[in-house]
Amino acid sequence: MDTLSSLADGFAVALTFQNIGLALIGCFLGTIMGALPGLGPSNGVAILIPLAFTLGLGPTPALILLTSVYYGAMYGGRISSILLNIPGDEPAMMTCLDGYPMAQKGRAGEALALSGIASFVGAFFATWGLVLLAPQLVKVALLFGPAEYFALFTLAFATLGGISASNQAKSAFAAALGLGLAMVGVDTQTGVPRFTFGEVHLYDGIDFLVAIVGLFALSEVFVFLEHRGSAAEEAAKPKMDIGKIVPSWGLIRYCTPTMLRTTVLGFIAGVLPGAGASLGSFISYSMEKKLVDPKGETFGKGDPRGVAAPEAGNNAAAGGALVPMLALGVPGSGTTAVLLAVLLSLNITPGPLLFSQNPDVVWGLIAALFIGNFMLLAMNIPMVGLFVRVLMVPPRILMPIVAMVSFVGIYGISGSSFDLLVMVGFGILGWVLRKLDVPLVPVILGTLLGNEMEVNMRRAVTINDGDYSILVGSPLAIALWTIAVVGFVLPIFYGKVLKRKMKNPSEEGSLKD
Amino acid sequence: MTITIGRAMLAAVTLAVAPFAVQAQDFIPENPECIAPANPGGGWDFTCRQVGKSLQDEGIINSTMQVVNLSGGGGGVAFAEVVNKRADDNDLIVAASSATATRLAQNAFPGNTMDQVRWLGSIGADYGVIAVAADSEYADLPALMAKMKEDPKAISIGGGSAVGGWDHLKVLIAAQKAGIEDVRGVKYIAFAGGGEAVTQLLAGSLQAFTGDLSEAKGFVESGDIKVLAVLAPERLEGEFADIPTAREQGIDAIGANWRGFYAGGDMSDAAYDYWVNAIGTLYASDAWKTVMENNGLAPLDLQGAEFEAFVQESVDSITALSKEIGIIQ
Repeated sequence: MDTLSSLADGFAVALTFQNIGLALIGCFLGTIMGALPGLGPSNGVAILIPLAFTLGLGPTPALILLTSVYYGAMYGGRISSILLNIPGDEPAMMTCLDGYPMAQKGRAGEALALSGIASFVGAFFATWGLVLLAPQLVKVALLFGPAEYFALFTLAFATLGGISASNQAKSAFAAALGLGLAMVGVDTQTGVPRFTFGEVHLYDGIDFLVAIVGLFALSEVFVFLEHRGSAAEEAAKPKMDIGKIVPSWGLIRYCTPTMLRTTVLGFIAGVLPGAGASLGSFISYSMEKKLVDPKGETFGKGDPRGVAAPEAGNNAAAGGALVPMLALGVPGSGTTAVLLAVLLSLNITPGPLLFSQNPDVVWGLIAALFIGNFMLLAMNIPMVGLFVRVLMVPPRILMPIVAMVSFVGIYGISGSSFDLLVMVGFGILGWVLRKLDVPLVPVILGTLLGNEMEVNMRRAVTINDGDYSILVGSPLAIALWTIAVVGFVLPIFYGKVLKRKMKNPSEEGSLKD
Repeated sequence: MTITIGRAMLAAVTLAVAPFAVQAQDFIPENPECIAPANPGGGWDFTCRQVGKSLQDEGIINSTMQVVNLSGGGGGVAFAEVVNKRADDNDLIVAASSATATRLAQNAFPGNTMDQVRWLGSIGADYGVIAVAADSEYADLPALMAKMKEDPKAISIGGGSAVGGWDHLKVLIAAQKAGIEDVRGVKYIAFAGGGEAVTQLLAGSLQAFTGDLSEAKGFVESGDIKVLAVLAPERLEGEFADIPTAREQGIDAIGANWRGFYAGGDMSDAAYDYWVNAIGTLYASDAWKTVMENNGLAPLDLQGAEFEAFVQESVDSITALSKEIGIIQ
């Protein structure tokens, strides 16, 4: 009850005209930034910090503005994933897998609306989780030492097989490529640069966002350029249908169990520092696929549950990531790192005492999250009709815009032209991989998870003086390994054997590449 | 062509007027800009944003300081950018800290040296701490060091910098002063940030933590961790006054993570004076004292030539230490 009365106080702080106005602006700008490839939640928030300071906002209004942008961007990332097959930011990558096929089937409106609702469900329950469970959840984060993190990331890797249904070998190749790319940069455990070729720009490794925008957005542009000559063919193709804008109740009800399950998963992933929203949406998608579509018949081909799962998951993770940020002062993701910096420059030190020392800030912030969330739902559903019009824009106009936004967005993050070259390099790589029919998502996941996986394993082993037994040294680690092996690794091998028995033997040749 | 002539005339007028307008504002930045050589959220980002905000609040600059995050190479990308492309930019300042000095000392910015830029001033220092979990068996620094000497494998120390970075060096300085001969045996575990390392200390994966006081502040106040020693010449003031220094425990180690700014090597003298003055004025203000207090920053009041000499000295001493422990040849 204490919590609820604090929350009521929080609403009293947040519900002023100024704060509601700020939340509205924040949600709107956030959605736009999330939708544009290259601009994600973390740089979206970073861009607006000067605005907050210029307006001379106090701590609470400033935080309301910036967290609205944060939640808004998490909502917005899905839009370009669904409409263009280009993820607006890292966590939205998984939404491409079923969102774009849905749009191709003429269900873009439904996909957008459904993903908006899933985002709302994820964010709404995660905010409640933050309210009710923050102090207890901190203890969960403390159960994870380096060995447990390694097991967790391995578990995530083990699910890679489930991502692309077509060809496991190509998925494995793509993941290995991503892992290789993750190794670029200074190795923090020894201070030695790896694969940097004396180029100082590579010391910090490759920025995921640069890789994503290159692989997805630019390669799309290259594919378009390649087929430019066959414009007549393009025109002959039937126009993509927008479809219904409001999904039926039946569809929402159909997806509700999915949303609720993935909200829980995403929230837990968000609470763990270092895991964050990308892992949240990824694990949500692949777990849900294992659960409801074990044979890989509908997921990846435009299953609405494949849209609802990652969106509920990544928005829940966004809420979850605020737990370690507020209660431990440890950012769980890039965006919470920025929010942490904002708190510090407003003279608020997050940490174990934040809830008791600055209750007005914390509860005002949480109330603002609720307000922003409702606002986003209210804003996003009617705007679906507007968003889908993007599909009407002919590619010869759309593609140059995509290229322009990509370049501007990436230059905006790092301010370095070197990253633009890296991005073009990734664009070419993405084009080649598409030609070879190699899935792109595992490349990014390899890059994203590879580093954390390696670093945590080495931390664990160093702490234990080179003895690898620590990797299975706790009940939690053993549990994670068991899930990884039983749930994911075994079916890959057994499933393959079964499939091979059922299908005719001539298809086996594809495994060799 | 006309533009060039116009510029030349403007320059001539400026030059002619300059001597008369002595301390009056003969330079005012039009678009003040601060480069934080890291992604948003880190210490350099904080330095830029906090100083930018305070300079504006105090009315020292008229417009909002634009903060640009130019990450890469542990600050090396920004350093190279300023040296190669923006050496004469009068509106630009860049956040720096002990980490910058460490990398300059270890030649981690290929081809760059500290004399290629102009050092403006410091805004405070964050003294290093060595801490353990509240329920740890080690009551003071000598006890921890004695254990490390006896069985180096028993103690895993975590910190927020890479191996060879400042958090690592600090604990090595202390180990050296405590009489541990082969400091290479010290088990240091690198984390992505001080907060992550503290979390692992609380989770029980680590036995000790090396970092800055500001990183540990929230956990010290809540009583979750116990600071064995602050690596400062004397005890800090205010709420941290009861933390003993390493020196008073017989281990004469000092490790300060200073924070400050540098600017392009060809910055005009008028602009240099303006920025040195602006940072000095900010440092002296009451508002900045509050900021320092809230963030656990200790005094370090150096501007202009004094600051430059200080940075030179820290680069030299880190070079010597790094050679001694074998990080560089």
